[in-house]
Amino acid sequence: MKRVAVWSGLLVVAVAFGYPFWWLVSASLKDRPHVFDNALLPSPFTPGNYVEVWRAVPLLTWTFNSVAVGVAAALAATAGSAVVAFGFAMFRFRGRDLLFGVVLATMMLPGAVTMVPVYLEWHALGLATTQVPLWAQNLFGSAFYIFLLRQFFLALPREVFDAARVDGASAWRLFTSMAVPLARPGLIVVFVFELKAAWTDLVKPLIYLRDPALYTLPRGLKTVLDRFGEGGEAQWELVLAASTVATVPMVALFLVAQRYFVRGTVTQHVE
Amino acid sequence: MKGRAGWLFLLPWIVGFLAFTAGPMVFSLWLSLHHYDMLKPPQYIGLDNYREALTDERVGTALGNTLFFTALHVPAQVVLALALAGLLRRAGRAAGFFRTVVYLPVMTPPVALAALFLLLLNGQHGAINAFLGWFGFTGPNWTTDPVWIKPGLVVMSLWTVGSTAVLYLAALTRVPLERYEAARLDGASAWRQFWHITLPGISGTVYFTVVVNTIASLQVFTEAYTMFFGARGQQSGEGDAALFYVIHLFREAFESLRMGYASALAWGLFVVIALVTAVQVRLSRRYVHYEGEQG
Repeated sequence: MKRVAVWSGLLVVAVAFGYPFWWLVSASLKDRPHVFDNALLPSPFTPGNYVEVWRAVPLLTWTFNSVAVGVAAALAATAGSAVVAFGFAMFRFRGRDLLFGVVLATMMLPGAVTMVPVYLEWHALGLATTQVPLWAQNLFGSAFYIFLLRQFFLALPREVFDAARVDGASAWRLFTSMAVPLARPGLIVVFVFELKAAWTDLVKPLIYLRDPALYTLPRGLKTVLDRFGEGGEAQWELVLAASTVATVPMVALFLVAQRYFVRGTVTQHVE
Repeated sequence: MKGRAGWLFLLPWIVGFLAFTAGPMVFSLWLSLHHYDMLKPPQYIGLDNYREALTDERVGTALGNTLFFTALHVPAQVVLALALAGLLRRAGRAAGFFRTVVYLPVMTPPVALAALFLLLLNGQHGAINAFLGWFGFTGPNWTTDPVWIKPGLVVMSLWTVGSTAVLYLAALTRVPLERYEAARLDGASAWRQFWHITLPGISGTVYFTVVVNTIASLQVFTEAYTMFFGARGQQSGEGDAALFYVIHLFREAFESLRMGYASALAWGLFVVIALVTAVQVRLSRRYVHYEGEQG
């Protein structure tokens, strides 16, 4: 009896969480009069929506921009945070713990507080309408990733590092040739987490990007929605096709790197 | 290891902290005392921006909307995530599959999510109202009726509850099973076990997610902005029901170019978030148990 209850619960969960995806993909393949028909399978089957939205907007350029910005942001976050995390994990010096407290405190700082002044900084540097602000800040490390990678570095065997140190290896060499390879799972967590964050973000592209040729997919998708959605030309099948294009790569990435995402989510819990 | 090399490794963060956190905060405070439209140099106006914010009707609307949304969204998120985690824990070998299903929406770009739910929540043809219709309910106009816009956004937000559920699932596996066995011997009901063993056992995680979710919820932006603002926002009347604080801040800063005023608004939000968090910290002292803290 209890098993029946659990499995019916799980069935409800599968439908409730899976159906909207199914609806998105299915409706993106329907013709305009049938977008709202809630039929499970598109009939008539209209893959031409993808060609049409492709003609109407530079979807391929936006995808390319999203990949470029996402990879740059992820690489910068991984490299920057790893260097700083290594510093916190492996060295002992006065003020270290205080400083680490400051790192953790910045996690609690609402992003809205620095939104305007950071924009004005990039503006003063002449970079406010480029893609640079979308990734460059990550080079300096960010609190959550520093915390996460510090945990990974702390778990490495200290004796090996001390021995190599006695043999005369420099700290930078210890970092690049020993710590980085050993902490690879942690670095992958940071990389996929930041890739996802950059890929899905709308706020920064909205603030910084003016030229549609530089748009990332979410920023482009907002334009598609404004033009073909409510108050526009009401060609929802095109909005849905573009939404599917923006969603599928992240779903694929998750299916490939699932355990890294879950590990990253779970380490979010500051123990 | 000791010595100066450590500082060199921390240098990127220190530079970044000064350039992108501490510096901007000081800059923002200074800016909030000025009128600045990016065309003319900043002009000192004392506390006028703060005075205006306190009497700005739209700030009141935005703050009210935001607090209302948060009060609805955070508890709903916690309760559903707990139920999901409990269910996933009993899924046995299928747990991996269901964890994937529940987590996938978290991977969806919020803009795509907003576009999708604009249709699913549609009052006339939307799938959600069609579903309610099966049970004889006539669903509301989620996307046009000002009364139902925020509940609709909460319904939508529940679709991404997976990340919280995964956290709870991990916490649940750390609650010692012997406690349940002992309770069962004493004849404790499932409800009592949940209330006296499960909840205290994971209260640290629950508290963490409440604080983090609240801070995020008070800054809610992307979904509501995507659905109700932007190119069509100006002409639509329902915009006010979805006018959240950061949306108002964003529009003052980047659409009206009132950088000083927007900075004052940002500090207002900072104070609100700090107050709400402080209340939560105080409450947590009474209700949160950490493992190993007491016998």
